[in-house]
Parts: sequence; structure tokens; C-alpha cells
Amino acid sequence: MNDELRALYQEVIIDHGRHPRNFKKLDHPSYTQEGYNPLCGDRLTLYLRIADNKIIDASFEGQGCAISMAASSLMTERIKNMPVTEARQLFDAFQNLVTQPDPPKKIREYLGKLTVLGGVRDFPVRIKCATLPWHALNACLNNITKQIVSTE
Amino acid sequence: MSLIDRSAEHSSLPFSKVDWPAIRRDFPLLTQQPYGKPLAYLDNAATTQKPNIVIDSVAHFYRFDNANVHRGVYQLSERATAAFEAARDKIKYFLNAPLREEIIFVRGATEAINLVAQSYARPRLKPFDEILISAMEHHSNIVPWQMVCKQTGAQLKVIPINDNGEIMLDSYRALLSEKTKIVAITHLSNALGSIPPVQKMITMAHAREIPVLLDGAQAAAHFKVDLQTLDCDFYTFSGHKIYGPTGVGMLYGKKSYLEAMEPYQGGGEMISRVSFESSDYNSLPYKFEAGTPNIAGVVGLAAALGYINTIGLDNIRQREQQLLNYATQALEQTAGLRIIGMAKHKASIISFVLDSAHPHDISTILDQQGVAIRAGHHCAMPLMTRFNVPATARASFSFYNNESDIEQLVQSLQLVNQIFSGKMGE
Ligand SMILES: Cc1ncc(COP(=O)(O)O)c(C=O)c1O
Repeated sequence: MNDELRALYQEVIIDHGRHPRNFKKLDHPSYTQEGYNPLCGDRLTLYLRIADNKIIDASFEGQGCAISMAASSLMTERIKNMPVTEARQLFDAFQNLVTQPDPPKKIREYLGKLTVLGGVRDFPVRIKCATLPWHALNACLNNITKQIVSTE
Repeated sequence: MSLIDRSAEHSSLPFSKVDWPAIRRDFPLLTQQPYGKPLAYLDNAATTQKPNIVIDSVAHFYRFDNANVHRGVYQLSERATAAFEAARDKIKYFLNAPLREEIIFVRGATEAINLVAQSYARPRLKPFDEILISAMEHHSNIVPWQMVCKQTGAQLKVIPINDNGEIMLDSYRALLSEKTKIVAITHLSNALGSIPPVQKMITMAHAREIPVLLDGAQAAAHFKVDLQTLDCDFYTFSGHKIYGPTGVGMLYGKKSYLEAMEPYQGGGEMISRVSFESSDYNSLPYKFEAGTPNIAGVVGLAAALGYINTIGLDNIRQREQQLLNYATQALEQTAGLRIIGMAKHKASIISFVLDSAHPHDISTILDQQGVAIRAGHHCAMPLMTRFNVPATARASFSFYNNESDIEQLVQSLQLVNQIFSGKMGE
């Protein structure tokens, strides 16, 4: 097996891919968002419970490859108890990780465990697998903004 | 020496005399080494590689014969036109079509089906009329009919398949009715490899005077198609799936139907006289060939058909059945692998899923081992739903593939199993 493959399928990814965390429907979610990748048929639903501008719970359901499952699992782990504004930052940092050739050390440190997904950089067609749950998250966050805007 | 140097185009060798390794060498792309590994190209159902004779014929056309067709009254244009029209004859013989003017050049199978949907079905269908397709159609033999249904109020009915991926003929019989206005079915499923009993199905439809379109996008490259025996009313294939160029394909339609149909597109070539008040349409086949066609593509397609004839479709079929059997046995011995589609009549296309890994992950790992397969829904999403899988991995074989391609596939699948069982070691 070559280095790129080894980097893509790290143990953490295999583990989270096979045994995704937070893999369930959330009771009374504040936000539900579907993510769909028509190219490969990966499909997931992200559930968020938000209170006081903070993500107090996150979960997901769906079907997909190891990368998208692991990405969703790791993301939901990380964003629990995170303020909405920070989740936005995290989204940007993750985008940077998977699309930039050499993401800065600061970003890597900030992302921590999420950096295991950086291996997709060498597999252009797989980047969308890693970003699928993140785009669902982003859509939720944008909805929050809209609602805040509309209530103001 | 390669087979293509033989001049006797229509008298192919006995099977035992065919030099398959030499034939493989006719395909220059196959010699490349992705990631330093030999290329095992097993995505032939998506598109086939091109033999030198096809590549050379396209280049030759642009170097020496390029001109527009049916227009110029100079030698060059006459030569281009002659090459273009000779290709039409070649297709007629290749498919044993009754008449040359029943062969229409199009972009591919997709355009052909849209043409029939819009020019044949749309003006004739009324609300509650029915169009019959099968559960294993490619999206290009689903969506054009859905569009017609939307336009006319007709309804799309689907012939079910059993768990092996075979058409359920009793259900088909039950679905055929006076409401059925056209039957459109694949001649070979791109996702499962099943070959439906089209001859029977055509006879059953004709007993009720219902026309039948066969989608031969996959079939034409794998076995002999005899349109006069089949007696279907429309047939189509794409050049790129039969060792020819992309962007060219053909529609066959019975003359009686084609003559009664309105043109699909308007423009140059499809008219005989134009004034601002009205235009007279040209005769067949030109009525359906508006605009400058893909002339070089047509020339390349003719070269591809000539090449296939030198090998012989019976030889091709026999070789591909060997590869299908070899691969089926090897895959069945791979741990956790399940083949989707176990029809009794199959061509060399195998869809499968693996317990340990998603098709997308399989495909990425295989790619790094030099093995090109397809992962996904194969443009047959309803079929994936039917088998309750989100996607499959698919290996599809051509006569130029060989047993070592299959070994490479199987070994790479074992690597997938290792990676996903966590037994890789660091
Ligand atoms: C069974 C079948 N029908 C139709 C098509 C469409 O062919 P094209 O994209 O060349 O028009 C394909 C191509 O994948 C196919 O496999």
C-alpha cells in the first residue's frame, strides 16, 4: 500500500467509518439538514439542537463511504457544545485543510483530530465525501443566521 | 502481427486461432502504467478504449479528407461525403438492417432515445396512454420518457425484475395493454449485465401492434445484433462503447415509422427547400440529420465496426464469456463479496458489493493498484433502490482484457478487505 492510501485510510477513519459516533436521529432537533452527493449516492441527514447560540447536541444518519461516514462522525463529536460562531470558524478551517496543498500549522493544531481527513487532498474526487457533512452543517448555520436576521 | 492487418473483413478466424494478446496490443492506451502498475481497465461499460485503426482513421480524415458533407461540389467534399455515407452502409451490414436510409447518425444512444421520445411518442400520446420500460434501464432510457409523460399526460410503467436481475415476463405480459403505446427496453443492462429476452418481448408487443425500442448502448459491442431477425422498430447504440469515437452514435428506425415522424431538430441538411413561409423536409435519413454531423466520428465508428468484424462478434462473445466465468468464480471466492445480478443470460459486466467497504472506497483503493472500475449508481438509481444498495462496484470486461487483469482485480479487493479489517499493520 502506498503512502497516499495509508494517509487516506488511517485507523481513526476506518474506525469511525465502521462505527460512526452520534449515528442516530436526534429527538426534537432545532435544525435538520440533508446532504447528498449525486456522484456517488452518499446521503446523510444532520441533526442539530441549538440553544443560546450554542450547539448542544449533534447527530447524523445516512449511508455513505468510509470517508463521509468518518467525517460526519468526527464532525458531530467535535461540534457538540460549541458556540455557533466557532462552528463557522471550524467549517472554514476544515475547508482549508482539505483543499489547500499545505495547510498552516496553526490550522492543523486548531483542527486537532480532524486533521486525519487531510489525506483526501491527494484524492480530488474524494474531497466531496469529506466535506459532505460540513456543507450540511454550513447550511444549518446559514439558516440560523437567516432566522436571526429575520427576527431582528 | 495484429489481426487488423487482415483484409478479409467479414471472414473472421476460428476461435482457437485468434491471437488475443496481439489484439490487446492494438490498443495503445492499455500499455500505460498508472502508479507504476499495469493498467487493468475494467470500466468498458462506461466507455471502451480505441484501437489504433480507429485513432488513425480519425487522424487520416482530418489530414487528408476533411470537408463538409453533402454540400461542396468539389472533389474533397465528395470524398468526405463518400466516406460518411460508406459508414452508413457499414452500420447497415453490421446490424443487418433492411435499408440504409433507416440508419440515422446522432450523438449517441441518449440523443437517439430523446429523438424517438420527442418525434415519435410526443405527438402521438394522449393522457393515460402508457410507456413501458424495465426496472433496469439506464437513466437515458427513463428520463426522456418521463419528459414525454409530463408533456402529454401519459404514464410510465415499469416491468419488474426478479432478484437475479431478470425481466419477469408474466408481469410484462400483464402490463401490455391497449393503453401501451411504446415499449423501450435495454438489450443489455449496463448495471447488472443481464440480457433480457428481447426477442420474446418484441413478439409479445407486436402481437398488440405496439412498437419496441431497444437500447443497444451496451449490447452492440458484445454480441451479434440482427435487426431483421429481432424485428424491433427502433434500435440505438453509441460509438464510444463499441471501440469508436465519442460524440457519435446511430439510431435505426423502421422506414414506415421514420417517414411518419416529424423532424427532431431543424437546420441545414434536413430540408429540401426553405422559404420564409415554410420548408420541405429532406428525405430519409437526412430529415433527422440537421446541421453538420460528427463526420470524423462517423468515419472512426466505421473503422471500429470494421475492426470488430475482423475479430468476429462470435469470437468476441466467446472470449468475453470466458472472462465472465473466470471473473465470476474468482470474485465469488473473495471474502464478503456479493454479486448483484445473477441472470442466466449475462454479458461480461459484474456488479458487486463488499461487506467490508463501500464501493467508493473500493474504487479509490483499486485505482491505486492500477485497476479502473466504476463505483456508484451506474446511471440506474431506481435499480439500486430495487436491490436495496446505495451503490455498487462494477467491473466490465472487453475482449482485450485478460486473466491477469482479473487476478489484479481480485488481489486488489483482498487489499481492500485487509485495509478495512484493520489488519494492515503500520
Ligand atoms: C444501457 C445504456 N443506455 C444508454 C446509455 C447512454 O449512452 P450515451 O451516454 O453514450 O448516450 C448508456 C451509457 O452508459 C448505457 O449503458
